[in-house]
Amino acid sequence: MNFRLLSFLFAAVTMLLSTNVFAAAPIKIGALFAVTGPAAFLGEPERNTAKMIVDEINKAGGVKGRKLELVSYDTAGDATKAVQLATKLIKDDKVVAIIGPSTTGETMAVIPVAEKEQIPLISCSAGSKITDPVKKWVFKTAQNDSLAVGRIYEYLQKHKQTNVAILTVSDGFGASGREQLKAQAAKYGIKIVSDDTYGPKDTDMTAQLTKIRGSNAQAIICWGTNPGPAVVAKNARQLGVKTPLFMSHGVSSKKFIELAGDAAEGVKLPSGKVLVSDLLPKSESQKKALVSFVKDYQNHYKAEGDHFGGHAWDAVMLLKNAIERGAETPSSIRDQLEKTRNFFGIGGTFNYSAQDHAGLGKDAFVLVEIKNKDWVIVK
Amino acid sequence: MQFDQILQYTLSGLSTGAIYALIGIGFSIIYNATGIINFAQGEFVMLGGLLTLSCLDLLKLPIWAAIPCAVAVSTLAGLLFERLAIRPLRQPTPINLVIITIGGSILIRGMAMLIWGKDTHAIPSFSGDDPIAIGGATILPQHLWILAITVVIIVINKFYFYHTISGKAMRACAYNRRAAGLVGIDVRRMVLFSFMISSAMGAVAGIIVAPLTMIAYDVGVMLGLKGFCAAIIGGMSSGIATVVGGLLLGVLESLGAGLISSGYKDAIAFIILLLILFIRPQGLFGKADSERV
Repeated sequence: MNFRLLSFLFAAVTMLLSTNVFAAAPIKIGALFAVTGPAAFLGEPERNTAKMIVDEINKAGGVKGRKLELVSYDTAGDATKAVQLATKLIKDDKVVAIIGPSTTGETMAVIPVAEKEQIPLISCSAGSKITDPVKKWVFKTAQNDSLAVGRIYEYLQKHKQTNVAILTVSDGFGASGREQLKAQAAKYGIKIVSDDTYGPKDTDMTAQLTKIRGSNAQAIICWGTNPGPAVVAKNARQLGVKTPLFMSHGVSSKKFIELAGDAAEGVKLPSGKVLVSDLLPKSESQKKALVSFVKDYQNHYKAEGDHFGGHAWDAVMLLKNAIERGAETPSSIRDQLEKTRNFFGIGGTFNYSAQDHAGLGKDAFVLVEIKNKDWVIVK
Repeated sequence: MQFDQILQYTLSGLSTGAIYALIGIGFSIIYNATGIINFAQGEFVMLGGLLTLSCLDLLKLPIWAAIPCAVAVSTLAGLLFERLAIRPLRQPTPINLVIITIGGSILIRGMAMLIWGKDTHAIPSFSGDDPIAIGGATILPQHLWILAITVVIIVINKFYFYHTISGKAMRACAYNRRAAGLVGIDVRRMVLFSFMISSAMGAVAGIIVAPLTMIAYDVGVMLGLKGFCAAIIGGMSSGIATVVGGLLLGVLESLGAGLISSGYKDAIAFIILLLILFIRPQGLFGKADSERV
């Protein structure tokens, strides 16, 4: 065998071994993301972001001299798999905390495991039932649907548009949005005059929109993730529907504008601030985190950082801060997480407390309008 | 007002129905030549759309050149599928073949996911997006393209199956494979042809609907199932019955979503499928056929 190769290998092995011996053991963080499957649009940016930010923390010397190690598994959006992998993370990998899963369904399935094993779980999914009622070991970073609904209703109330038609997708995201839209309507003096749904894979929504066109709705709110809402926007344009169209934060990415094309013009939607990070005033307290996240993501993955990745960014940073404040064991991490105050993240300003494990206020969303294929903040 | 709505539902239904019909005919061509149901049919629809996207974006071809290019590549994929997955089978019982096509569909979908990613993509319309008003209802120019191309394809199909030697040979295979073999028809070549024709048709369907519905690696499943419904309603005929089946399905779905509840839109399609399978397995228009029993 080539002597040089042998000696190189020897050196490499010794170096590997020695770092293991001399440096403090890394802190293991588990991650469950739906990198493949139907929720891949959430899981992929989340996994990418988590990896990116953990690498960066380690490059900067880790947390209090200890490196972080991210053990990440792909749940494929499957709740059963998520539960198995959560158990694996806790029993085999011995992680101190878990980030994810990506969808509400998976999170609800994993919660009993985290509660039983007493491992903090920072979910990246949006469903409000994750932290309502509060569960001791469960936190979340994604904005509640209720905040997004509130943003839209506030605007409608201000503009005296009280008759609303809702069109929601028949999956977890749409069902949760529909529930919130109906629950909050009365509070803002809004009447739902038409309540329709569409399937996640539907390719034509003209039937529903024709029905809405025949009603006396003053605004249409469509709740779904791509590509459905793009089809709705296109169909609305085809039918010549003049009623203002609102979308959910589920489509707040450039992809929606690309898919819907001209039909996207004039559509309004609540969005996390990451989308409009460059438009925000300098006084905005989240601006620093937002701009650095967007820039980093662009450099690493040659793609635009979106708020889904932002959920993972927030989760890792919340954990890092908790560990920085001296937490090491799962239970002390949980306690420190609960003490998080005024953390300016991507999703908003986090203030966790014993009563609130969602941590965000209404300022987490801004209402944006699509104009000339770009976002404009609606005042 | 009410009339306007019904007209719109019907028009929307007809245009979606035409897509189902086109996919459904793909199912029945293979069924008639081989006796198997090719559940990978929907994947060729997806391939057609995504290949067009690549031709437009990567090769920078104009749309009129991108379409034949995408159809050709999809046909090649259909040919490979038959050669590599269907033909080598030692004991081609229908159940084995059907399971192979399901496996093939998962494989094709997986490869498409790796090549094109998981995102949904948009393709520009053939001739603009300005709606055309008909009575109180509106349709898009693309809908006219869909209807026209469906008609053209059905006419070509009819001509091929009834007026050309290889079309007649394929029908002979459908009646009786052994007898067809005995009179000198190369049955295996006919099976190969049927796969090529149906994958080309699937691809065409994918290309003409992509500007309306957008395209992603996983659109084939639902479109495939709806096409299958259309073929079942039409009694697996490769002619006008499947077209009527598709149109009927589209209109019923659209009317159901508009007048009853949009939540039951897909349920309507599958309830029809089950009813037909239970009550009239020979299709809505077929005569009871002793061979099938």
